[in-house]
Amino acid sequence: MRSKSQTTLLRTVGLHAVLVPLALIWLFPIWMMIVFSTQPENAIFSSNLVLLPSDQFANNFALLQADTGFLRTVFVSIVVATVYTVVSVFLTSMAGWALARYNFAGKGVVLAIILGTLTLPYFVVVIPQFIMVARDFGLGNTWFALIVPPLFNSLGVLFMRQSFSMMPGELFDAARVEGVKEWQIFLRVALPMARPTIAALCIILFLASWNNYLWPLLINNRPDMMTAPVALGSLIGLTRVSWGGIMTGAVVLTLPMLFAFVVLQRHFVAGIAAGAIK
Amino acid sequence: MSGVTLSNVQKRFGAVEVIHGVDLTVDDGEFVVFVGPSGCGKSTLLRMIAGLEDISGGEISIGGTTVNDVEPADRGIAMVFQSYALYPHMTVEQNLSFGLRMNGKPRDDIARRVTKAASILQIEPLLARRPKQLSGGQRQRVAIGRAIVREPDVFLFDEPLSNLDAELRVQMRVEIARLHKELGTTMIYVTHDQTEAMTLADKIVVLRDGRVEQVGAPLDLYDDPANRFVAGFVGSPRMNFMAAKVVDTTPGSVTIETDNHGSARLTLPVRQAFQTGDAVTLGIRPEHFGGPDGDGTRLTVNVDVAEHLGATSFVYANMATGEQLIIEREQSRSEMGKTELTITIPPARAYLFDSAGDRIR
Ligand SMILES: Nc1ncnc2c1ncn2[C@@H]1O[C@H](COP(=O)(O)OP(=O)(O)O)[C@@H](O)[C@H]1O
Ligand SMILES: [Mg+2]
Repeated sequence: MRSKSQTTLLRTVGLHAVLVPLALIWLFPIWMMIVFSTQPENAIFSSNLVLLPSDQFANNFALLQADTGFLRTVFVSIVVATVYTVVSVFLTSMAGWALARYNFAGKGVVLAIILGTLTLPYFVVVIPQFIMVARDFGLGNTWFALIVPPLFNSLGVLFMRQSFSMMPGELFDAARVEGVKEWQIFLRVALPMARPTIAALCIILFLASWNNYLWPLLINNRPDMMTAPVALGSLIGLTRVSWGGIMTGAVVLTLPMLFAFVVLQRHFVAGIAAGAIK
Repeated sequence: MSGVTLSNVQKRFGAVEVIHGVDLTVDDGEFVVFVGPSGCGKSTLLRMIAGLEDISGGEISIGGTTVNDVEPADRGIAMVFQSYALYPHMTVEQNLSFGLRMNGKPRDDIARRVTKAASILQIEPLLARRPKQLSGGQRQRVAIGRAIVREPDVFLFDEPLSNLDAELRVQMRVEIARLHKELGTTMIYVTHDQTEAMTLADKIVVLRDGRVEQVGAPLDLYDDPANRFVAGFVGSPRMNFMAAKVVDTTPGSVTIETDNHGSARLTLPVRQAFQTGDAVTLGIRPEHFGGPDGDGTRLTVNVDVAEHLGATSFVYANMATGEQLIIEREQSRSEMGKTELTITIPPARAYLFDSAGDRIR
């Protein structure tokens, strides 16, 4: 017979024996990204595997900046992602609120359509969307086309709807009896209460925009509106791929997000749980 | 200040009718309690008065004005909810003042009302706290405070005490009674707890399945229930019901015999005419049984369980048929441990009900 603490110890060891290799496999590409961002350009082709960082980061970054005007593209990405996140949170909240709290003709159909779009892969949508926006509306190379078409986010709508329907109805009844207007109930009662869900949604939406490559690549070819992922993509030329620049740019784009995620992780997980389980 | 009148009020949810034509008058300043089992439509009725549910038929008026199409906020009512419905992200003070602020009331007016409500409810020390930092009883006070600051003509309460523990419930019950005395405002109070109804109400409205079973002062309902449902609902422990048959009739009286308990016979004065063999139900409250040498019909029952509470004891006598008698005995120490108990049914305390449950008089 094993004692209880021995059983616990065995289980812990077993668990770590599985989890640690998994974590390492996951970390390896990230580590290599950091390594190559600090190595000279040709290190990636050297015959012996390079596993440790060197001192070429500033050099690589200077080259990247010279090739693409990288800092400006990062600035554009930040602006686009921020505007996108703020507007999208507001729109999805309003849609979620309407779907959670009001009964209207065709509500079921609207919900079904929103749910249905979730099952469509992005790549099925993006080409028709491009043709419509760029050719039919003639809006290629505009800020509007860069930001607005991806705004509608069914996941966000469902997220917010779930969060609002979990709130006890008597709370809104109480406000109604007190003569609080519907829009005030939404802004002053419902939205503040949905804060954990909104925090999680903000992270999801910001990351989605930050990482979006295909849409900005398709809809825009003005250099002053280029976003950072597209700038990195442009380093893959026909004859030459600038790996040092790509890795350096990837580090600059990834690490702040990784850091923010670790810091906000508690809210993030709580918000998703609140939206999904309760 | 104003009274409330309901005439033939109906409510349907889709095809399901849950309130079937309720008529009711609540006088100015009266404390009226809606009581009835869970799901009988108490909340629905209250929410219709508040304007939170549309009215499918009939008319509701408050202070003499028909309010069928008036917004909740313009009906001169304030409502306290079962879940308290406090805004979790606001302090107590913000909770109290929220509605007034959103309606653009002047600041000094808001401050005056909040201070007054807080002092009536003795919650001044809690004003800076959030609902999460309050006990159940304190939350309840804040919820009531939020109703008071509206300075309404009519207060509506929906089971406000049902989330509190027994001791707090008694305490808050007394406070609500005090509040009514202090403010003198019309109050409509919903509960499924008959003790709350008996202790608080000027007038009780007993509801069942969306219908009014009886309206009256608490003691009138206790003394003179209109039917078996009201008789069983008002009073605690509930009235005993014994199946019985008519064995003899004369003009102005009827003699019945119980099916169980050794076929006890009882002659009662009634105006209604009967036939021998008609099935009836005999009702008697636990506290109205007499001792072995009391007046009336003598009855010997087997004691199943006896609960001795000191001043009184409750004796439970079960029958094989599933009928149960509860007998309340005062000063019964000499009877402790007995397996048989002889009691009497005083005819003046016995009620008769017909097979439909209506009172036979
Ligand atoms: N929004 C609703 N939709 C459909 N049925 C409802 C709704 N609200 C209440 N009901 C039904 O109406 C009846 C009365 O409910 P309610 O007034 O809440 O009862 P009580 O407050 O007396 O427990 C119940 O049968 C309930 O199922
Ligand atoms: Mg109810």
